[in-house]
Amino acid sequence: MDIKKSLTKGDLINMFIRTNFQQASFNFERIHALGFCFNMVPAIKRLYSSPEDQVAALKRHLSFFNVTPACVGPVLGVTAAMEEAKANGAKIEESAINSIKIGMMGPFCGVGDPIFWGTLRPITAALGASIALTGSVLGPILFFTLFNLARLASLWLGLFYGYKKGLDLVLNELKGNKLQKITEGASILGFFVMGALVSKWTVINVPVVVSQITASDGSVITTTLQNIFDQLMPGMLGLGLTLLVCKLLKMRISPIMLIFILFAVGIVGSALGILA
Amino acid sequence: MVLSIFQIILLFLVAAIAGMGSVLDSFQTHRPLIACTLVGLVLGDLTTGIILGGTLELIALGWMNIGAAQSPDSALASIISAMLVIIGNQSIATGIAIALPVAAAGQVLTVIARTITVIFQHAADKYAENGNFRAIDFCHISALIIQALRVAIPVLLISLFVSPAGVQQLLALIPAFITTGLKVASGFIVVVGYSMVINMMGAKYLLPFFFLGFVIAGFTTFNLVAFGVLGLFLAMIYVQLNPKFQMNQTSMNTSVVANSLDDELDN
Repeated sequence: MDIKKSLTKGDLINMFIRTNFQQASFNFERIHALGFCFNMVPAIKRLYSSPEDQVAALKRHLSFFNVTPACVGPVLGVTAAMEEAKANGAKIEESAINSIKIGMMGPFCGVGDPIFWGTLRPITAALGASIALTGSVLGPILFFTLFNLARLASLWLGLFYGYKKGLDLVLNELKGNKLQKITEGASILGFFVMGALVSKWTVINVPVVVSQITASDGSVITTTLQNIFDQLMPGMLGLGLTLLVCKLLKMRISPIMLIFILFAVGIVGSALGILA
Repeated sequence: MVLSIFQIILLFLVAAIAGMGSVLDSFQTHRPLIACTLVGLVLGDLTTGIILGGTLELIALGWMNIGAAQSPDSALASIISAMLVIIGNQSIATGIAIALPVAAAGQVLTVIARTITVIFQHAADKYAENGNFRAIDFCHISALIIQALRVAIPVLLISLFVSPAGVQQLLALIPAFITTGLKVASGFIVVVGYSMVINMMGAKYLLPFFFLGFVIAGFTTFNLVAFGVLGLFLAMIYVQLNPKFQMNQTSMNTSVVANSLDDELDN
């Protein structure tokens, strides 16, 4: 009888450390393919002893893969659990492992991108930047610490949870609405803070004079276009511009192109005295 | 300010760390807030580094790589901009004007580097045939060197030839109306970043929360922490009240209610 093969805690810790370098070999052909294989190396070494099995496992995990890097944990955990079952003689086809991997890519990109790039990073970075603008070193330190703590927690918990739950996670838990709740909640937070940022940190000033009234005491009251805008709705020009840029981005105009267009607007606008 | 050999070596290392950070997208060492601060530290003007980092971070807030799409490159932009501002004793606004064209150039270099990395992928395929674990690990990690050099080589070239007088002469060639215009534009260039975040978020039916944040910010002086906490509570309330998430529980709740009604009737 075979002795049951299983991953040690050390293997999982080794894999956790490796996940931090998930994108080291990011390439346009297979994105994270080599990265995922690199993460799986400790597991493959532990679980398969014959060279043929090792080669087969390595090749299996060199296929196309892509996920938000901070969210690779659960996918890796579940895959490792499946490999462990296979190594212990369970009838798991190679294609089953591949399709589970591919199947988890979508949902975890769907969760990871809005949470990490849409919510967590903009918020921690904006918080850090607002402190940094006063010249305090606390700003960068705060951003670095907060973001990385959340990221490492996600990798660690995801990997161990995925490994422990194994296939169960894919078949039952992901069908529940827990992931959707988290994604929606994070999107709300992201949208809300983004709305505040558009209002607070977009500076557009239109100093075009609309009227000049000499008051009874002789002082001159000047009303500019900007005064009128601010009375209607503070920050409304910033909002309009944001929505316009959203539209233009959707028309596949590249961000860097838009930045240069806005630069041109700034130069022309200030030369004509429309913007200040 | 003339750079010492020691500073040039340190700048090379900082650039390499930022370059690796830009592909890993894990530790965030490629973000302006971190990279500019490190350059400030090396050049002995930490405060300027931090303030420039904060300013550029706000502009780059939404610069992110989704899938295989590449955003403007913050790593090269942050480091070169911080170097030139500190060495040439320039304003933060000039720093922005330097950073943006460099970000565009860096984006091109990134695409080239990530295409070259295909070679490492193919080498790993070969080693997999022999079951050579060590070589696969080596292929993966050594691909990072390409990304490190992508930023470190341009930075090294500039740090070898840069001089305060040179920077000032070069920047003096830019007419005044352009620098003023750039300063004005930097007030609203941030919207490109915001728009990238908004477009990336899939759930467009949640946009009312964006407008809510906007209106509240317009009429209050709440700081960002307050908005974070408010947003968190709004998110919790929304998820708790949304009927979409209540499917399983409603049937249970009604039966509980029915039971308690029964109990009351019994009494």
